Amino acid sequence: MNIPAPILIIGIGNPSRGDDALGPMLIEHLEALALPDVELITDFQLQVEFALDLQARQKVIFVDASLNAAPPFTFTPVVAAEDTSYSSHALSPSAVLHAYQKLFGEPPPSSVLAIRGEAFELGEGLSEAAKTHLEAALEWLRKRLAEMTAD
Amino acid sequence: MSPVAQFKNLETAIHPETLRRVAIDPISRVEGHGKVTLLLDEEDHIQQVRLHIVEFRGFEKFIQGRPYWEIPVMVQRLCGICPVSHHLAASKALDQIVGAHHLTPTADKLRRLMHYGQILQSHALHFFHLSSPDLLFGFGSDMAKRNIVGVAAAYPDVARQGVLLRKYGQEVIRHTAGKRIHGTGSIPGGVNKNLSLAERDELLKDVYQIIGWARGAVHLTKQLFEQNLAEYNAFGRFPSHTFSLIRADGAMDLYHGGLRAKDMDGKMIFDHVNYNHYWEQISEEVKSWSYMKFPFLKVLGPEKGWYRVGPLARVVQCDFIPTPLADKERQDFMAFDAGNPAGSTLGYHWARMIEMLHAAEAIKELLHDEDLQGTDLVVTGEHQEVGVGMIEAPRGTLIHHYHVDENDQVIRANLIVSTTHNNQAMNEAVRQVAMQYLDGRKLTEGLLNHIEVAVRAFDPCLSCATHALGKMPLQVELIDAEGKQIDQITRGVCDQPTDRC
Repeated sequence: MNIPAPILIIGIGNPSRGDDALGPMLIEHLEALALPDVELITDFQLQVEFALDLQARQKVIFVDASLNAAPPFTFTPVVAAEDTSYSSHALSPSAVLHAYQKLFGEPPPSSVLAIRGEAFELGEGLSEAAKTHLEAALEWLRKRLAEMTAD
Repeated sequence: MSPVAQFKNLETAIHPETLRRVAIDPISRVEGHGKVTLLLDEEDHIQQVRLHIVEFRGFEKFIQGRPYWEIPVMVQRLCGICPVSHHLAASKALDQIVGAHHLTPTADKLRRLMHYGQILQSHALHFFHLSSPDLLFGFGSDMAKRNIVGVAAAYPDVARQGVLLRKYGQEVIRHTAGKRIHGTGSIPGGVNKNLSLAERDELLKDVYQIIGWARGAVHLTKQLFEQNLAEYNAFGRFPSHTFSLIRADGAMDLYHGGLRAKDMDGKMIFDHVNYNHYWEQISEEVKSWSYMKFPFLKVLGPEKGWYRVGPLARVVQCDFIPTPLADKERQDFMAFDAGNPAGSTLGYHWARMIEMLHAAEAIKELLHDEDLQGTDLVVTGEHQEVGVGMIEAPRGTLIHHYHVDENDQVIRANLIVSTTHNNQAMNEAVRQVAMQYLDGRKLTEGLLNHIEVAVRAFDPCLSCATHALGKMPLQVELIDAEGKQIDQITRGVCDQPTDRC
């Protein structure tokens, strides 16, 4: 059985819905860097089975577009918490951690990189503001990952 | 009163302006945006019930103008819940465009394997994650417990199996579509890869366990029926016609077949009709109060011709299921309590688990088939301008219909998704439940949840909203007789989780 990479980054969003593509696009950029010790996953939304991907990780980062994050992005710790997203096909990062807690025990330390988005229409590309936010988030995360893997 | 429109009188109240309005907006544990409105008089008697769908109407426009070979990948972005169904329905339509009327055995079987992986993961998510909390704890039970976390605490094995069943289905998709999401495995005329021996062996390793768990889930639904027989049989019950694809020998076939429709007594309306001319069999009615159309069988007309699709319709109207364990369960289901669950709304759950078992068995059979390692992947023939693809998606019949011009661009597209077929049936179920449980009573969250339980049984996938942080597709409003908002709560993916989101 393969040993999972210590750092897991999950990009969330639909690439065809305007700024909702921020998460998957950041993952695309990271893939090009071929970072060691980092596994990258992308999906439309989080669901309960993502709890399985969190097993044996040292650090998990959820990357998503946000309507409320201060531009260009925010990076905040997230802990297991029950919220009402359980009742939808799309779970919040907190709810995934909560499901992990119930199924497997204490989840790995996790954070949310919320990149400010503005428009989410089907068939649209990234807005100009979102492109700037993506660049800033990518640059910051690249440095942060270099520090983390050096540790 | 016609047996197929027994709550027609609740579709439109005579004097709606005098009534109190309650909105469940949108429905939780269904995808996208759905809303139920109830109009109540001063004694809390139900006068009008409507399930409204905020359907996204941009799909066809999204597709128009694109080269046809991009479509099987593009359409996966229409829906984060059933992308594989769109991938395969589009591929089937485009097979016709490229003149591929008979795929190679490798291509046909690989697509089937992908499809059964999708059925397995979708049905597992719906039952274990979205519906089992209601079924295991009761429709009106403590809201704090009525969720998957509550299930994990009280029934840890059930919760764990649900997660692993879904994960297994997604692994099948990953190996057949090439990627976890946005797969490219199916292309016009065939597939672009086979299943390697290593991939086959990895999937074979767990498949017997998966079959065992799927069988256990069927027995769990049966047990729930046995324990709550009268309530389950009566809950949201209404007679309706059924509609699905069917194999030439009458077997359930979720990937391909002719059209079959039966009436509420099980008598055949039509059978083995070529779906390339589906518009000769079904049409769609528009109602002013809903964005989603109301399909009906043309031969019976809009008043009497509406029908059910999805697991219950498929299990009830097939002659047999072509895998042994699932067919045994189908026979038990049809014989149980003189066939009553086969006509009940909650029978969807039992039928869905029978299909999940069938999908697991079909995956096992396909994994043992050497054709999956074949190298003859694509066929082509004489191009044509029009293609229709139809598939039995997890929620029911899915139709993709394209017109392509001489420049290979899609100039017209028509998509009829599974949930649209069930539009009238869902409305009927909601009206039935409203009369059974809410009429004349003070409304509580537990009572309103009964409405949601009825809608959830169909596993509707209403639209394909973005789920960005802070974007709140789920919202509940309570509005009094004067139209003033008394309370509201939103459900969705918050930046800062609180009890209000």
